Amino acid sequence: MSDNKSPLGQLIINRVREFYREPAVLFWVYGFPILLAVGLGIAFREQPSERVVVDVQRVERSGEVLSVLEADERFVVSECNEDECRRRLRSGKTAIVIVVSGVEDLAIEYLFDPTRPESVLARRVVDDAVQAANGRLDPVLATDVHFSEPGARYIDFLIPGIIGMNLMSGGLWGVGFVVVDMRIRKLLKRFIATPMKKSDFMIAVMVSRMLFLIPEIIIVLLFARWAFGVVVHGNLVALGAVITLGAVAFSGIGLLVASRAQKLESVSGLMNLVMLPMWLVSGIFFSYERFPDTVLPLIRALPLTSLNDALRAVVVDGAALASLGVELSILSAYAVVTFALALKWFRWT
Amino acid sequence: MSTIDGVEAAIRCSDLRKTYAAKPPVEALVGIDLNVRRGECFGLLGPNGAGKTTTIEILEGLLDASSGDVEILGMTWGKDDDAIRHRIGISLQETELAEKLSVRETLTLFRSFYRKGISADDAIALVSLEEKAGSWVGKLSGGQKQRLAVASALVGDPDLLFLDEPTSGLDPQSRRQLWGIIRYFRSRGRTVLLTTHYMDEAERLCDRVAIVDHGKVIALGSPRELIAGLGGEHVIEFSLDGETAEDAFTALPGVDSVVREEETFRLTVSAPHVSVPALMSKLSDAAIELTSLTTRHASLEDVFVSLTGRHLRDDADV
Repeated sequence: MSDNKSPLGQLIINRVREFYREPAVLFWVYGFPILLAVGLGIAFREQPSERVVVDVQRVERSGEVLSVLEADERFVVSECNEDECRRRLRSGKTAIVIVVSGVEDLAIEYLFDPTRPESVLARRVVDDAVQAANGRLDPVLATDVHFSEPGARYIDFLIPGIIGMNLMSGGLWGVGFVVVDMRIRKLLKRFIATPMKKSDFMIAVMVSRMLFLIPEIIIVLLFARWAFGVVVHGNLVALGAVITLGAVAFSGIGLLVASRAQKLESVSGLMNLVMLPMWLVSGIFFSYERFPDTVLPLIRALPLTSLNDALRAVVVDGAALASLGVELSILSAYAVVTFALALKWFRWT
Repeated sequence: MSTIDGVEAAIRCSDLRKTYAAKPPVEALVGIDLNVRRGECFGLLGPNGAGKTTTIEILEGLLDASSGDVEILGMTWGKDDDAIRHRIGISLQETELAEKLSVRETLTLFRSFYRKGISADDAIALVSLEEKAGSWVGKLSGGQKQRLAVASALVGDPDLLFLDEPTSGLDPQSRRQLWGIIRYFRSRGRTVLLTTHYMDEAERLCDRVAIVDHGKVIALGSPRELIAGLGGEHVIEFSLDGETAEDAFTALPGVDSVVREEETFRLTVSAPHVSVPALMSKLSDAAIELTSLTTRHASLEDVFVSLTGRHLRDDADV
């Protein structure tokens, strides 16, 4: 008789071994979030506001307008003859063409397409600059204050959404795909031919998923902090609790989706069916508050909505767990119900 | 505890039927009765699609029968599942164990499911995989994988071992290694039920064989009894240059039966040293040219052919 190991511990440790021995899987789980974050970093980096491209048609006194605009760093100015200016406007190389039309008393014409937003904007900005240079006084003192404090920027909204999205897709793919693959290879059938407890197997799949998740979340959070200065305002224990509950809920959904499927194609289709609505309405990239009031209760009942709301509350607003009762209850309900149904309906052969 | 001829029964099943819902319904089993004694190696022999795997999976508790009774080590599925699972070992026909786990890790995992059993390393030694203990399953040859599958069935130290096509697709050396493992297990008083479509495997390994065809048992007994049932224990096979009716050979001394299959005649005889000279003189009298002639011991394959008129395997490389 040998000293025997716990079956649950063995199931978990072997799932972990299989996971880290598969380089392709490692890339998709850990590399992909980094790529996503890098991509977003490029898209949302803090860049100077874009400069406006303006053409000045070469006529008498056009030099005065030219020098005014050239002195203003908001503009990229070129001086061209009439044909050249019109050609550049047609092809979109410039937003607007300025023609000096009155020489005695300086008068100018703006040539632009009113359906092009950047041309409309250019018309107003150029006009402000020209009028001010020629002595217009603004009766009201106006000062611009730029609002981009950490915590209130788009990237602060986005990062919790990305974590929520990873928890969802990781839970569904990481659990659902693995389970169906094991069913196809008859490994599930081999397991129930032993005295293994069915619940041990399911708990092992969920727990190992949780273990893979820890580095994934840490990578995203560290990258967000380093690249964008996104800080977690709430406490890390609360964040860990929300993430764990979210991961359990989506592992349960993954198990349920995979409980009957016999082919990788069918489980992929089912997972997309489950995930697509949440991708769209659960507030990953933009707030779901923009949807009509009548559908909001439905949206809030989705697990990803609850998870994203709870993550944002902790990360952005520094909320305590106690204030997240509704969201945490919804996630717990999904976890319990899906796990129970999966255990009941699960096909082992 | 039920007994068979005074020996405790390891497996009993009666009137086992399995019908798969389809249009029209597929009757995989049409009434199987089996009694496997403790300590014997029992073989289910039959061609592919005969119902062997359906039968063994019902006995293993992996598939529900449409009707019929099953008793495993005196217990029944649906009532004593956990107790039965702790006492049987199973190797399925096709299981792809996790490729990225080592042999030892795989067996340690399977060992953990059983209350009692042998250590992973002892199981590795039983199937002579010591040198591969640390290798990933994905790196093993077909024969090594099959030995690992059997080791995973042995690691719970079972009283009853189920093996579904244990040597299918293996090279001769790997097959002999597996036969050795099965014989050793049986020599310790344990029971084996295996399925196979190799008649030589059934003949060499099994104490008793049930020949299964179209979902029912068409013959049952020890390989020796079944072959003796043919009448003669030897077979003379020959082919001729020219047409001859097969009843020309029934009257030859020592001939029990004659089967003709295309160009080949197959005589079942009890004394080849009498029948062969008689055959030769008959052919030379009739001036018929012999194009080939072989004699051999009769096999379970011949039993199957005489019962069904078909070969065990379609590719019939016998």
